[in-house]
Amino acid sequence: MNAEPLLSLEGISVTFGSGRKAFRAVDGVSLELMQGETLSLVGESGSGKTTVGRAVMRVLPLSAGSIRYRGERISGRIPAAAERGLRQKIQMIFQDPMASLNERAKIDYIVSEGLANFRLYGNEAERRAKVERAMEEVGLLPEFASRFPHEFSGGQRQRIGIARALAMEPELLIADEPISALDVSIRAQVINLLNKLKKDRGLSYLFIAHDLSVVRFISDRIAVIYRGRLVELAPAEELFARPLHPYTKALLSAVPVPDPDAERDRKIVAYSPSMHPYGDSHPTWAQALPGHFVSGTPEEIETWLGGPGTVPT
Amino acid sequence: MMRGKTENAAAARLDESPVAPGGLLLEADGIEIGFTLRGRHLSAVRRASLTLRAGETLAVVGESGSGKSVLAKSFLGMLDRNGRVEAGSILYRGADLARFSAEKDWLRIRGRRIAMVFQDPMTALNPLKTVGAQIAEAAILHRAADKRAARDIALEMLERVGMTEPARRYAQYPHEFSGGMRQRAVIAAAIACGPEILVCDEPTTALDVTIQAQILGLIKNLQRDLGMSVLFITHDLGVVARMADRIAVMYAGQVVEEGLAREIFYDARHPYTWALLASLPQLGLKGEELFAIRGTPPSLFKEIKGDAFAPRNPMALEVDFEFEPPFFQVSPTHRAKTWLLDPRAPRLEEPETVRRLRAKFPQGSIQGGTR
Repeated sequence: MNAEPLLSLEGISVTFGSGRKAFRAVDGVSLELMQGETLSLVGESGSGKTTVGRAVMRVLPLSAGSIRYRGERISGRIPAAAERGLRQKIQMIFQDPMASLNERAKIDYIVSEGLANFRLYGNEAERRAKVERAMEEVGLLPEFASRFPHEFSGGQRQRIGIARALAMEPELLIADEPISALDVSIRAQVINLLNKLKKDRGLSYLFIAHDLSVVRFISDRIAVIYRGRLVELAPAEELFARPLHPYTKALLSAVPVPDPDAERDRKIVAYSPSMHPYGDSHPTWAQALPGHFVSGTPEEIETWLGGPGTVPT
Repeated sequence: MMRGKTENAAAARLDESPVAPGGLLLEADGIEIGFTLRGRHLSAVRRASLTLRAGETLAVVGESGSGKSVLAKSFLGMLDRNGRVEAGSILYRGADLARFSAEKDWLRIRGRRIAMVFQDPMTALNPLKTVGAQIAEAAILHRAADKRAARDIALEMLERVGMTEPARRYAQYPHEFSGGMRQRAVIAAAIACGPEILVCDEPTTALDVTIQAQILGLIKNLQRDLGMSVLFITHDLGVVARMADRIAVMYAGQVVEEGLAREIFYDARHPYTWALLASLPQLGLKGEELFAIRGTPPSLFKEIKGDAFAPRNPMALEVDFEFEPPFFQVSPTHRAKTWLLDPRAPRLEEPETVRRLRAKFPQGSIQGGTR
């Protein structure tokens, strides 16, 4: 892992609408993604996690803050050449592999559309070779190239989506719930594939998900987002071993675990923003433990650190 | 044990005698369900058998296409038009539901005796009617309540499913509800007629985990308070662990393993159940490859020879490709349909994940019963 972050979000906000109807979907989110790292952004629907991904993809404009990629600012107005570069280096994988593939196009076209747009090949033979390589890498047979998406199972379709992203030789993949629509056995295949690509290609992932249990297995670090704000960020195992923020605790307590004995003894914790004593004081983003960040007032953080299981009153 | 009489004509009266908790309530035996799709015949359920006991939660686990939803829908006469029960019996209170054909017969069962909650609450609710009116409708239809009584029932149900201000909620439309609230409303409509069996088909799959936890808790509480049996269909083994007393694992239209929840999680015997457990990231070791099932499920358009899972099972025996295995009894409550349990079969190593799970299952500890 490199010391310099690949991607850094510096206090970014995304606002929908304007004036009195303005809604701030993402509010002052800061985080850094290191080279070769899998960072997961976890939150409920409406928490703004997908919006963060879209802001990085430059699909949505920021209303505050900035985004840097390898130290260069990539938010707001940037030169056309830089934008073109980003379109190649940052690729996205989507949740629904059926909705994200053009059903009228053959796999060959789907995988190489990006290559064509960027003229990333000299001749037809080179284009074919690139498509084949990407397909092989995700475990699809090259002869599948002449087929249509509907001829494939859910897991295979998701592989096609990944092959399409890989063909561009990206550095960063933004994966928005790439496994939640898949069956249990297919899920394992796709998780293994993503981990293998990370190892073989040194890819970095910004993984957007709602299912904490799956995220634990693939992430190096996990960031928890609630109503547009980050509430906690920590190495994956640390977050599970020692969640500090009451929202993280509630989220962890709600995830069902495939173990009947553990489930029988489970206590589900509820969270409400009114638990915090924020009157005039605002929570700050602070490092509570090495590499473990949490949003809270200094007093709160002290209580949370008081010991595992301490509940703020 | 209560057992219905097979020779009963479909239209016969239902046996109204009370069933003690734990008694046999519904018994599906050798069910075959086929669909006609563009002139071809698809066997969605192939000789599946299930029993549901009074007051229990039975989870039916399987991947998409395993036939779990189709099997459950056949208990309510809700198969699509091109599908029908081709063989087998579904005994419920002395009647054989598999022989029901008239809608008139089903109306005595569906909603009134056996109710269903679906994955997407928006498909179950009419967007043009208030939530309260839709719940009251169920009460009018099945409990022959007049309008005023139906309204009272609906208000009571809304309160039962945990809605604050039921009177205000009554007059609202589905679009004014959040996803979790909508699912509560659907549950309220389902229990409005006091059903004996509640079929839940992936009721929380579309919901956030915190909302999911609330809905699962609600279903559990309602079951306890109303003494219902719950047939819970899901692919999420975490949800199964939270909800199930017993589990039936389905693959390619068949039940392949059935047992108490602890027996299935800690003492699984079927290679498919092993594979399901071993492929869970929650049980995997970080940094190592997850166990992944290779290949895809078999086409149900074709005749399946031998064990349907054999082509995907790296440990398959020769016999698996030739003959379909029978059920072998593991304990009085646990059985699995695999040749591995035949005394002549070689002893095979289960995946590491399954071995770790088994450590939680001291042999014989289940016999005393934990429930």
